Amino acid sequence: MAKTMKRENQRALVALEDGTIFEGTSFGALGEKTGEVVFNTSMMGYQEILTDPSYKGQIVTMTYPLIGNYGVNEEDVESMQPYVEGFIIREYSPIASNWRAQGNLGQFLKDRGIMGIEGVDTRALTKHIRTAGAMKAIISTQDMNKDRLIEKAKASPGLVGQDLVREVSCSAPYPWKSRFPASYRPLSPSRDPQYRIIAMDLGIKHNILRLLDSLGCDITVVPANTTADEILSFDPEGIVLSNGPGDPEGVPYAIETTRELIGKKPILGICLGHQILGLALGGRTYKLKFGHHG
Amino acid sequence: MPKRTDIHKILIIGSGPIVISQACEFDYSGTQACKALKQDGFEVILLNSNPATIMTDPEMADRTFIEPITPEVLEKIIARERPDALLPTLGGQTGLNVAVQVFEKGILDHYGVQMIGANYESIKKAEDRKRFKESMDAIGLDLPKSGLAYAMEEALQVAGEVGFPVIIRPSFTLGGTGGSVAYNIKEFKELALRGLEASMISEILIEESVLGWKEYELEVMRDLQDNVVIICSIENFDPMGVHTGDSITVAPAQTLTDKEYQQMRDAAISVMREIGVETGGSNIQFALRPEDGRMVIIEMNPRVSRSSALASKATGFPIAKIAAKLAVGYTLDEIPNDITKKTPACFEPTIDYCVVKIPRFTFEKFPGSDDTLTVSMKSVGETMAIGRTFKEALQKGLRSLEIGRYGLGADGKDNWDGEEPLGSKSSNSVREMLYEKLRVPRPDRIFYIKRALQYGMHIDKLHKLTHIDPWFLHNMKEIVDLEGEIRQYKVEFRDLELWSGVKNQEKLMIPQKLLRKAKTYGFSDFQLGHLMGFEESEIRSLRVGRGILPTFKLVDTCAAEFESYTPYYYSTYETEDETRISKRKKIMILGGGPNRIGQGIEFDYCCVHAAFALKELGYETIMVNSNPETVSTDYDTSDKLYFEPLTLEDVLNIAERENPDGVIVQFGGQTPLNLAVALEKAGGNIIGISPDNIDRAEDRNRFTLLLKKLQLHQPPNGTATSVENAIRVADGIGYPVIVRPSYVLGGRAMEIVYDEESLMEFMVRAVEASPGYPILIDKFLEDAIEIDVDAVADGERCVIAGIMEHIEEAGIHSGDSACVIPPFSLTDKLIEGIKANTSALAKELNVVGLMNIQYAIKSDVVYILEVNPRASRTIPFVSKATGISWAKIAAKLMVGKNLSELGVTREVEINHVAVKEAVLPFNRFYGVDTVLGPEMKSTGEVMGIDADFGMAFAKSQMAAGQTLPLEGTAFISVMNKDKRHVVFIAKKLSDLGFHIVATTGTARVLAKNGIPVKTIYKVNEGRPHIVDLIKNGEIHLIINTPSGKKPKADEVAIRSEAVVHDIPCITTISGASAAVNGIESMVHRGISVQSIQEYHAQMMR
Repeated sequence: MAKTMKRENQRALVALEDGTIFEGTSFGALGEKTGEVVFNTSMMGYQEILTDPSYKGQIVTMTYPLIGNYGVNEEDVESMQPYVEGFIIREYSPIASNWRAQGNLGQFLKDRGIMGIEGVDTRALTKHIRTAGAMKAIISTQDMNKDRLIEKAKASPGLVGQDLVREVSCSAPYPWKSRFPASYRPLSPSRDPQYRIIAMDLGIKHNILRLLDSLGCDITVVPANTTADEILSFDPEGIVLSNGPGDPEGVPYAIETTRELIGKKPILGICLGHQILGLALGGRTYKLKFGHHG
Repeated sequence: MPKRTDIHKILIIGSGPIVISQACEFDYSGTQACKALKQDGFEVILLNSNPATIMTDPEMADRTFIEPITPEVLEKIIARERPDALLPTLGGQTGLNVAVQVFEKGILDHYGVQMIGANYESIKKAEDRKRFKESMDAIGLDLPKSGLAYAMEEALQVAGEVGFPVIIRPSFTLGGTGGSVAYNIKEFKELALRGLEASMISEILIEESVLGWKEYELEVMRDLQDNVVIICSIENFDPMGVHTGDSITVAPAQTLTDKEYQQMRDAAISVMREIGVETGGSNIQFALRPEDGRMVIIEMNPRVSRSSALASKATGFPIAKIAAKLAVGYTLDEIPNDITKKTPACFEPTIDYCVVKIPRFTFEKFPGSDDTLTVSMKSVGETMAIGRTFKEALQKGLRSLEIGRYGLGADGKDNWDGEEPLGSKSSNSVREMLYEKLRVPRPDRIFYIKRALQYGMHIDKLHKLTHIDPWFLHNMKEIVDLEGEIRQYKVEFRDLELWSGVKNQEKLMIPQKLLRKAKTYGFSDFQLGHLMGFEESEIRSLRVGRGILPTFKLVDTCAAEFESYTPYYYSTYETEDETRISKRKKIMILGGGPNRIGQGIEFDYCCVHAAFALKELGYETIMVNSNPETVSTDYDTSDKLYFEPLTLEDVLNIAERENPDGVIVQFGGQTPLNLAVALEKAGGNIIGISPDNIDRAEDRNRFTLLLKKLQLHQPPNGTATSVENAIRVADGIGYPVIVRPSYVLGGRAMEIVYDEESLMEFMVRAVEASPGYPILIDKFLEDAIEIDVDAVADGERCVIAGIMEHIEEAGIHSGDSACVIPPFSLTDKLIEGIKANTSALAKELNVVGLMNIQYAIKSDVVYILEVNPRASRTIPFVSKATGISWAKIAAKLMVGKNLSELGVTREVEINHVAVKEAVLPFNRFYGVDTVLGPEMKSTGEVMGIDADFGMAFAKSQMAAGQTLPLEGTAFISVMNKDKRHVVFIAKKLSDLGFHIVATTGTARVLAKNGIPVKTIYKVNEGRPHIVDLIKNGEIHLIINTPSGKKPKADEVAIRSEAVVHDIPCITTISGASAAVNGIESMVHRGISVQSIQEYHAQMMR
């Protein structure tokens, strides 16, 4: 049933490293955060986006203006916690309306210390990113001095060359056991486990694991710094290199491991995993002006 | 896979006349398809009976048949044209049904024509409820519990199994005709019977009620390589139980998590595959139980639909155009997106705004009809609004509706303003009334929700009563709460001196932040003015002075991820404006807003032609409209499209931004015309006729002076603003009189009154329909011949486009009257008189552009009934009949061309006959009397064209769904004054082999004249009576003229029953005489077909 919160009016600013400023009000945690600002064009699925480890180091703006409508629930997460550095939208819904809703998005963000800003002309922000490229930014509810914020954005580390994977990968191998929630029924019926698969966790989304499971895979998830020998010791029938955050060149150990595995086992790479596979095969990567998310 | 090379000639079927549930969205789809296929080099053959469409313009297809859409006619066209393929998915249910019929008759096989888009098998699978259910079972998707029945006994058994309430859906009908909800066995028996009769195959589906469930739609497209994309998701504001065409709907879906959306998406894709829609667009409807999310499929339409037109306008993705390309072999990845140019059509659109569609109803036209919204569609049009938030879009949508509202209330138009809240003090009866208004969906429910919120009703309670999702209700509450905040700034006493000082003004007025917030919540200046005690114009200047201006954003299919090349805009209050203002000469064309009876597709047709014509002359054209169904709101039609409400505020916003060289208000019907004076005052350059001359034609006193000056005749008349005044005027003129409000279209609230008592009744209603304007009272010329004239003028010269003679006598609204080009009963002298009158009026009013005049002829005197210096409803019909686009010529005249430059110097002589017939919606309003009067009631029109009048008339009847019988029994019952005239008609029918039955009085006269006739009881005279005979299918033609001023109950019963059983029912003598003429032609010659291109070519010779 409907859960309603009050709309707040704590002022918040978004400052980009090129000097562009956007104003809004807070609906999440208070504070100040830097990150690379990117946009996502999905019209639904904000909870999945917030908890997708690939967004580590990034501030996400949603192009769809109305966010929070269906609240949050325990099932629709891609990892155990949100990883975005901040969340910028046009209008936050203080009411959560969905039979699976267990809480409001605003409270969810506050509880996890994630900043949320509403009231921003997100289309203008998106167009700016499209033309000027994804860039470093800062969001703040503390410091309302625009010049100072721009300086802080410029001084922030950014994504290039950073190893963000270390911050999101699991610490020890574990078998994947959970399945799709009862409320979600994929049309193809789940099969019993028949293939032994290793998933290298570069920031893996749980949905990838749930889908592999439903396709009949018996999966063990291993940390990103697992060596090739350790992986081979599981005697897997296939290896999945997962999605993950940041610059693939910031994860040399994973590239090295992959290079050793090539030719020995079938390997599937997704997103960052795919880029790492490319680097391991001798290719090169460069950063696009802006990524496609959504 | 590229374009197929094995087909060259494609036959497309249009949807025919505009009817409820099948409106101009199919003109939009059909036009796109014709254009796309022609561009690809295919030879396009078109069948559509509706002349008011862009689709039937001679340029749109290689050969265009404006002929009845029946299997017989289709076969004749196929035999003549020998197309390779038939594309049936663009003409609505009409197109699909007739395609199924010709397939089943083996005609397609015989001539080697293949169906493309959807084949017979998949149409059957989707449309046949039983097979649909089997298909859904096969792929593991749920449907509501249900069973089929073919007869009453079976129906009762199924209803027992399913349990009440149940939904009854007849198979193979238009847009849910006869679909209804039964709560008890008594209701069920009545509704099931009606359903069985409405179904083409006497089949009904009796279904578990999913009333109150959440309702969703997905627009899906598939190509020959099995790629499937979702174009748009739509969530209904009104839950299940209200037909989606009658629901407020919102895009995209708002309250689904990604998981639920993906599940729906997966389901939609597997439905497409299972049903086997090879290529093209389909619409799939779902219902979700709000408590636990149980999802069931309601239906799928394997064709483009009203929803696909809405989805196209909502996203910028042209579904019909892409569907046509997919049908000829292209795949989604091969077709570029016009808007981004970079992305292919296989990219699913994503949007960064909220779209709200609101239906437009016209129950006021059908007194006595039930305005409860059910699963059977009743709305006649719709408006769409785009905003960055639901709140903004909802308020914009409500003020686009043309119902005199400026948003979600707060405009002084609510009749409960100043009432006590629903506290302890308020009486139980008020509360009960409000609960009932919330529980039972009707067109005005949205305003009662607002009222309940204002009274402080909790959202949970509101949800319980309405089943509307709390998310929508909460958004409405936010609007209502903000209204409360704004009200605090109401100025009680207007101290003019205080107001004039800018500093004090700041002190008095609303804070900047709140004003800006109000605009982002969609509040109009009018509403703000009402809330704070100012005029709309004062709020505007305050707002503009403070720099709170709208920004225009692009509809681009991709949420700004890619650059867009198509200037399709909506307004909102944000930080960045995206308009690109060119230095070209530009003309702004104002459209007509939502379709309603009296203002429909004909006006949109004119706007579209204006855009085409001005493009030819090198102008930049800017279209403003809020109607998602139309061709005018296709981003392809004009250079720039603003999808905006047609209110003064919204139009001025655009005009101030674009600064056009001229504004055209003549083409969009009454809506833009009503803005003319205010726009001119604000500095807009209204081109064509001046607003002052428009006023001379509209203002009754000035009009009388005008006619006096020109020494032209007018029926005796007067004006009145009060009841007493009206009685005096009518006494002076003598009854009967016609009364009507000024400044309305479609004869709104117009009636013929025969005595003082009825005059008093009508005055009350008329004042309501047009408050502040005088009521016009005219002498009613009984039995006069009515003539419609369309003409173009350049200020100097005037050329007649067409003289149309009405088949029904004066007194029936011209929009409802069948009419003929060329006139069939006028002497040359009268025609010369009409021409001279027309020229004199054009010159005196300095008309530049179009003009329409209605004349009545009685005793060889030509009377002028009215002059409309604007595009008329008959312009498309005249254009199709004469082969000249008069709207295009008019647009060119308005920007300064003259008639001789354009080569239009004399009237067109045609050597065929074209008949326009109106199509009426009585089958949607059960029990309403079908007699025609001065208030327009038709939704659409058809054209019959042939070498002689009889056949052209017969074709027009056939096209309007009233196929004249060639044999059988005719029932005749006419009023006394018609008895003499009906003898000749009855004689002819008898000679043609018809049996005649008649009521006592009529029978006596016929028998006396030697016509074999059987007397039959009236309803109150005994049994079996005439209604019994109709029900038994023993009557094939009805001629029944109303006997008096007020219809008698049994006459209403006869006419209503005729509607239910689809029996041609003629209510005028002149109509009957034309019908007999038509039957004669059909019997003697049989029907043949010819394209309008051929008719036009014959004229040239």
